[in-house]
Amino acid sequence: MSGKLGVPNYGPMERIVVALAGNPNSGKSSLFNLLTGARQHVANYPGVTVEKKQGVCRYQDHEIVVVDLPGTYSLTAYSMEELVARRFVLEDKPDVVVDVVDASNVERNLYLGTQLIEMAPPLVFAFNMADLAKRRGLVFDLEQLSRLLETRIVPTVASKGEGRAALLEAILRTAQEGRKARIHTVQYGDEIEEQITRIEGVVREWEKGLAERYGSRWLAVKLLEQDEEILAQVGRPEVLDVVDKSVRHLRGLFRDEPEIVMADRRYGFISGACQETIKNSVERRHDASDTIDAVVTNRVLGLPIFLLLMYAVFWATFALGEYPMKGLEWLFGWLTAAVSGLWPVGSESWLRSLLVDGVIAGVGGVVVFLPNILLLFLAIALLEDTGYMARAAFVMDRLMYKIGLHGKSFIPMLIGFGCSVPAIMATRILENRRNRLTTILVIPLMSCGARLTIYSLLIPAFFALHWRGPVMWSIYLIGILLAVICAKLLRVTIFQGETMPFVMELPPYRVPTPRSVLIHMWQRGWMFLKKAGTVILGISIVLWVLASFPKPDARDLAGLDETQARQVAMSHSVMGRVGHLIEPAIQPLGFDWKIGTALIGSLAAKEVFVSQLSIVYAVHSQDSSDVLSAKLRASYTPLVGFCILLFCLISAPCVATLAITRQEAGSWRWAAFQFLGLTALAYGVTLVVFQLGRIWL
Amino acid sequence: MIQRAVAEECQVRPLSVVKTGDKVLLVRVDAGRGLNNRLASMGFVPEVEISVVSNGHPGPFVVVIKDVKMALGRGVAHKILVK
Repeated sequence: MSGKLGVPNYGPMERIVVALAGNPNSGKSSLFNLLTGARQHVANYPGVTVEKKQGVCRYQDHEIVVVDLPGTYSLTAYSMEELVARRFVLEDKPDVVVDVVDASNVERNLYLGTQLIEMAPPLVFAFNMADLAKRRGLVFDLEQLSRLLETRIVPTVASKGEGRAALLEAILRTAQEGRKARIHTVQYGDEIEEQITRIEGVVREWEKGLAERYGSRWLAVKLLEQDEEILAQVGRPEVLDVVDKSVRHLRGLFRDEPEIVMADRRYGFISGACQETIKNSVERRHDASDTIDAVVTNRVLGLPIFLLLMYAVFWATFALGEYPMKGLEWLFGWLTAAVSGLWPVGSESWLRSLLVDGVIAGVGGVVVFLPNILLLFLAIALLEDTGYMARAAFVMDRLMYKIGLHGKSFIPMLIGFGCSVPAIMATRILENRRNRLTTILVIPLMSCGARLTIYSLLIPAFFALHWRGPVMWSIYLIGILLAVICAKLLRVTIFQGETMPFVMELPPYRVPTPRSVLIHMWQRGWMFLKKAGTVILGISIVLWVLASFPKPDARDLAGLDETQARQVAMSHSVMGRVGHLIEPAIQPLGFDWKIGTALIGSLAAKEVFVSQLSIVYAVHSQDSSDVLSAKLRASYTPLVGFCILLFCLISAPCVATLAITRQEAGSWRWAAFQFLGLTALAYGVTLVVFQLGRIWL
Repeated sequence: MIQRAVAEECQVRPLSVVKTGDKVLLVRVDAGRGLNNRLASMGFVPEVEISVVSNGHPGPFVVVIKDVKMALGRGVAHKILVK
């Protein structure tokens, strides 16, 4: 039991694993925050792009590990999120499952509840947002309902911190009882029950292992629903044959798929239980949420309001972030000076160079974005917790649907214009895995802020004043167009199918709690720092080694000034040699080895392209950028200049982006695919532009 | 005249043609198994009452089922048959 969740075990009977299930918008995350506080661990479920949050709390000498399952409406095999939630309940066998139910909407929420009842884990219902339900005029007889469902029910108001102790007590007692046999479970009616009994018989006979693992009734229900994952596990043709016959029999009888009839019967079971126990004294009226919706989802006003809010998010992230960012830059500048100062002036130490040029420059260059990340996630948490995010998706959906993406994909893509790293982290707002992966893969095509340094060097160097604006504009536009084309291509090739049509709950607007907003922000910031301290640090050191070794002979450096020596050293290093080596490959694009070397250097961070170029062109660091511009103008035509712009826009995302892609997509394969795919695309586009340009211009 | 209105009222038609403010009952969903199931889990089951909050011509569509407000794409609203 210990290593399973990566949390130390304090001994038998003391540790309880709780899985938190529930519908989206049921207040599950606030309940999770209420139970665990800020001590949370965020990762992905192994191999899939589904977020796994985990936290720990103590209650009466028990260590309670809470695992937050993805928010779902059901537990079918149709989506990765539902599969992940279901597998956790079935395979990891948590000691207790808590189903978070929105108390103002019990019937719909209990649909998931009935599926959990059928899986028969020790179960507790948390009737959350009980205050809202009361205000809406709902009156509960929880004792009676609890008897009917044979499950403890605890009313909670997670956003106000109410119900924590009662819920923990219920969890503890339920865990101590363990699994228990139920008297009632969902009854599907005679015709279906007959088939369930038949299938139970054959699975008990032929698929003993599966029947023991999942319970024969649950297995039979799932087989009758033609659940793909369960069908795939059944090997015996005897079983499949019976299932097939039963399905055809029921289909003929009901003139509908058995699974739909069964869904209907589950609702029947729920309304049976709720009929006597929940009274609604007030009719639903037009409320404040409806009034706000009339404005923000208005056909005319909806889009401008959305764009205005997005502008505010963007502004907060990058304009407000500017000040703390300057502070961090100063801090790293001071650190560089302090570390350099440990060695006497003029001495060459590889250790100094490693610390200053490798570690501080590499990690510092990424960590300075921390304020942006924190501000961005603060803004996203506010948009999500108030309920506006669902409306934003609704407003953008028509446009994004055309390129095969979800309305919400627009937000990370927009953030990509600032920096790909937070943009890729922001794809967590997308529930659907395919949408999320597609968005992650195309985000680097949104021209990020770091690439602006390249443009502001190259565009003035090659283009007359009145051309600069249009060239800049065209670069951004080309990026957007390529992103749209690539997203569309990905959706019809590797991510085809499952273009989930748009169905989305519009939850009532709420005032977000500072606590949950801050926890959300802190989590993202911490994840980012961890990434910077591990993978990005490692890759920065590798790139530093490539740019620094092997060293040229002292004889070759004799009589050269510092700038010339740096040029010779760069040319002599692995990176310089690779630059030379790839020259034949990049010549058709109009590039020489100097550009090649700078491009390789720009893997560390896009803006390194500029500093690398100034090294290979032996420009003094004190010189203004005009000197480098003049040298570039003398060496290349404007066509080549434009091709460099294009290549920098499209090709190989920086290491920080790759590291985040790997983390968010769950495997290096996706990061490699993104890297190779974008580089190949850059090569192709630049090749066509250069060769055609050479003929026409 | 009244008879015709009654006949129209009972006629099975796609949700997408229902006017803003009207209340209808769901008959069935004509879609693939995936969408069918997802809709069922969100409360779209036969005989449930759907009130159309806004038939946002064109584009998404807002309905209320059992006190829950939901936005549907137009494509989805076409596949939901109501009376």
